[in-house]
Amino acid sequence: MRRIGVFICHCGSNIAATVDCAKVAEAARGFPGVVYSADYKYMCSEPGQEFIKAAIAQEDLNAIVVASCTPRMHELTFRKTLANGGLNPYLFEMANLREQCSWVHTDKEKATVKAIDLVKMAAAKANKNEELTSSTMPVHKKALVIGAGIAGMQAALDIADAGHQVVLVEREPTIGGKMPMLDKTFPTMDCSACISTPKMVEVAQHPNIELLAYAEVTEVKGFIGSFTVQIRQKAKYVDHDKCTGCGLCETKCPSKVPNEYDLGLGQRACIYKPFAQAVPNKPVIDPLHCRKLVDNKCGLCAKVCPTGAVNYQDAERLFTDTFGAIVMATGYDLYPWEEIYGEYGYGRFPDVITGLQFERMVNASGPTGGKLKRPSDGQEPKSVVFIKCVGSREPAKAKGYCSRACCMYTAKHAHQVLDKIPDAAVYVFYMDVRAAGKAYDEFYEATLKDGAVYLRGRVSKIYQEGSKLIVKGEDSLLGRPVQVTADLVVLATAMIPSQGSRELAQTVGFLPDLDGWYQEAHPKLRPVETPTAGVFLAGACQGPKDIPDTVAQAGAAAAKVCGLLSKSQLETNPMTARSNPAICSGCGLCVAVCPYKAIQLISLADRDRYGKRINRTVADVNHGLCQGCGACTVTCRSGAIDLQGFKNNQILEEVDALWR
Amino acid sequence: MKYAYYPGCSLDATGIEYDIANKLVARTLGIELVEIPDWNCCGATSAHTTNHLLALALPARNLAIAEAHGFEQVAVPCAACFARCKKTAAAVQASPDLQVQISEVIGMTYAAKSEILSYLDVIGKKTGLDHIKKHVVQPLTGLKIAAYYGCLLVRPVDITQSDDPENPMVMDRLLQVIGAEPIAWDYKTECCGASQVVPVPQLGKKLIHDILKNAASYGADAIATACPLCMLNLDMRQKQINAMFGTQFHIPVFHFTELMALSFGYSAQDFGLAKHFESAESLLERMIGGKGA
Amino acid sequence: MDIIELSAGGTQHQVEIARLASIAGVELSSCYQCGKCSAGCPEGFAMDESPRRIIRLLQLGLLSEALQARSIWLCAACDTCSTRCPKGVDIAALMETLRQEAKRKALIRDKNIHLFHELFLTNVKWFGRSPEVILSAMYNLMSGNLFQDMDAAAHLFKSGKAHFLPRRIKNTQAIRQIFQRCLEKEEPQ
Repeated sequence: MRRIGVFICHCGSNIAATVDCAKVAEAARGFPGVVYSADYKYMCSEPGQEFIKAAIAQEDLNAIVVASCTPRMHELTFRKTLANGGLNPYLFEMANLREQCSWVHTDKEKATVKAIDLVKMAAAKANKNEELTSSTMPVHKKALVIGAGIAGMQAALDIADAGHQVVLVEREPTIGGKMPMLDKTFPTMDCSACISTPKMVEVAQHPNIELLAYAEVTEVKGFIGSFTVQIRQKAKYVDHDKCTGCGLCETKCPSKVPNEYDLGLGQRACIYKPFAQAVPNKPVIDPLHCRKLVDNKCGLCAKVCPTGAVNYQDAERLFTDTFGAIVMATGYDLYPWEEIYGEYGYGRFPDVITGLQFERMVNASGPTGGKLKRPSDGQEPKSVVFIKCVGSREPAKAKGYCSRACCMYTAKHAHQVLDKIPDAAVYVFYMDVRAAGKAYDEFYEATLKDGAVYLRGRVSKIYQEGSKLIVKGEDSLLGRPVQVTADLVVLATAMIPSQGSRELAQTVGFLPDLDGWYQEAHPKLRPVETPTAGVFLAGACQGPKDIPDTVAQAGAAAAKVCGLLSKSQLETNPMTARSNPAICSGCGLCVAVCPYKAIQLISLADRDRYGKRINRTVADVNHGLCQGCGACTVTCRSGAIDLQGFKNNQILEEVDALWR
Repeated sequence: MKYAYYPGCSLDATGIEYDIANKLVARTLGIELVEIPDWNCCGATSAHTTNHLLALALPARNLAIAEAHGFEQVAVPCAACFARCKKTAAAVQASPDLQVQISEVIGMTYAAKSEILSYLDVIGKKTGLDHIKKHVVQPLTGLKIAAYYGCLLVRPVDITQSDDPENPMVMDRLLQVIGAEPIAWDYKTECCGASQVVPVPQLGKKLIHDILKNAASYGADAIATACPLCMLNLDMRQKQINAMFGTQFHIPVFHFTELMALSFGYSAQDFGLAKHFESAESLLERMIGGKGA
Repeated sequence: MDIIELSAGGTQHQVEIARLASIAGVELSSCYQCGKCSAGCPEGFAMDESPRRIIRLLQLGLLSEALQARSIWLCAACDTCSTRCPKGVDIAALMETLRQEAKRKALIRDKNIHLFHELFLTNVKWFGRSPEVILSAMYNLMSGNLFQDMDAAAHLFKSGKAHFLPRRIKNTQAIRQIFQRCLEKEEPQ
């Protein structure tokens, strides 16, 4: 017979303001099996947990119900309390009085009645709970980092420096991501390339890091401690073992196309490195534009290559590897404003550019050698307009969120224009100036002192008149429509999750949020973990971020990975499905519904009712793969599969309790 | 194709030539336009400025008559009438209560079943550009034309079902098919002030001025419209604009169907080119050797 | 400039403002005062209170100031503001609702615009259609702008661009009934 203790948590005023906790505790004393009940302000606090432990000893309890917040928050906390108090942690049951009661109701009397019901159900289940024990599984001491921007590079370096093996996968021909594209970084104005390209070299040279540039993750199987990952190495058409990176092929290639790295402002050859400091510092061939690959003409690069590294027959390569942990570091892209902004010309005006294009233009190693020029005629702009929040904070048109970095980089851009062209007029249309970082607001103040004119309001229309752009906005502080005749307009466009990141999340096995950002397991307490155990987050893939925040988060993700890889074994979750071969009919429905591919049909030697030897087909659950979702148990027609901790009789006991 | 045709008051008053051209184009393309019997004014801006129910009831009567005659599609050449009819249909479709109320007010059943189309959409979207191309005997080659849509044909998009609120292309594609050269310009959907030009002339005239200025800056030979009021403002008031702003605009303005009729081989006498304020004579002379004039 | 005493009388207007906002289908708290509506408003340059400020007045509970703005009469209902609003606020619908409300309360800030619409509807009520030429003539007469657009009149008639005499519809009775049924509940307060 169970001796159940029930503990009602006030959660400060979160529950107590809407639920009469003392009354719930009192009612609980009348439930079958309950021998002790109490309420307390913070059950999860140290005194709260000590209180439970003491009650276990004094009242000889052998099952515990805590009625507090969601199990996602503190189920683990209280299981540990039970273990410390000498009970099997799975003799614990939790009733959610916060998310499922106090937070969603206002009528205290009715909420209290509901709370009593919820506790009654939990106590009924506690009567049927069984002791469960975990087993262990090995941890593969190798991490996979997907994406080699500043977030992925930092995470990889931190994990590698701790002595663990890392494979770093990057889909572009070079690592580095967006940071080396930038000219200077706010608020210190240090050269972006000078602090990011050494990191790229460090990554390439680190003995614990295997770098796979121009490669993509195509399939992920398995679970924490043991992910089996398929990686596709795209065809480079250049043997990087033979290539010396001399660059002769690039200079001789006759076909030129717009360089993605310069966002269309410059050109590149069809055998190319995205930029001079690329890592690996060896070229690849663009198969969509190379004349040799498209219509078997040219072939000049192979002819001039002194080491015979060019290989037009190169093909993509698939291979698999096993990892204990995965870090997602897929970064961001910019909102395609040309698709939605008719009032800004749908990209028809060449002198309306994005902030990232501005970075390339102002970058000394960019397509204009760092000179500010109008893309239309190459003239130096004397009147420059910046528009912030293009696509951000506008739910009706694009995205509802703030992209966080734009206020600062626009201030930096304004400063750079005035620095390079002292007689230029600079206007910044803004909604709010959000400069909450260290030394950020001071930087914005300095930009104002430089002479940038900040106008609070959104621009309604941009149009062309002769060679000039007319920008129409409102100075909402003055309350009057304003108009600027501009030479160049720079749009601070919204950050969005990088292209393909949603599909990649599906491949790895978790869901992004509505905007496509990778969702953290808990916004405050588990900010670098995903709901899928063993998969961690670094950088802007989780939400818009600037470089300092990205680097900090990458370090945090690396620390989590190191914590995981420092163990040689992990405890498994015992709340998995068990199939009873005696009644399994081998129909295979459970195999079809299992999202984790954890069930397979096996052949079982048996005897039929006449004693004859036969082989029966039955379902078999792999407890490493099973995540305990329960899909199989509700599908099973013969009731052969049951989920430990959520057995059919346990659930039915809860339902019955409601009507007693 | 057979359409109930709701010309609206302007086509019976200051926009007679639009009506004539519409009918010529329909005849050539094999479109049958049947005028809604005893139609009334849609109430225009004045009704919806004054009273919500009145603004819906006036168009509803016409649409109910069309429905009673079994028409599934209604063609509306005036942008304001089109917007009012569309808003009425959308409001009635969204609310069964309103449907009952409106039917009571107009004394007829209005079910909001028929599809309401601007005449521009009838020609530009429903007729088929290939079909139109077959009838072009006098392509308007070299005519740099600014297609002007104004407000009510395009906004709000959920009501008008316009292809784009900032840069619609329906008329541009149509003009291209008849051989003209539609230009990319920036004032396609800016407001001309509509009837506000009458009570507040200084205000409305600035809007008209800005539209003409932008069209001129892109080198437009002429402007095409799909609304009688836009036409009146841009054409009739050019002289007033020039006097007010010291400008020298002499930009011929056409109803889009007039240009189509020209390309189909009709002469200017067949419709009402002489009714325009800004003469198109020298332009047509240059363009098609005066055959149109 | 007068100090606005925000705490006085704000709440009694809030109910009224909430009612008007709901008729217009507008969530006033959505507006974050970016001014895109006012920047793109073709009539904005002539307005006393920009569309953005009209919303601000309502956000602060200053209903009568909003109803007495000339802007709500100047609005041409071109819908540019609503189309471009980053927060999906249907500003044009709000202006229309306020105009109708102002009319009900006999707060007519622009007599000429009001006169034009009144004459327009009177004509429609009488003829079933809007005889544009008669409307212009009547408007000129009653607004005192006798010679407005007279430069165009000669060409209008000489070229036959416009009919001089109005065409009356047959069933004018039906139209008068519509007017009566719609407007009977709407006497000015």
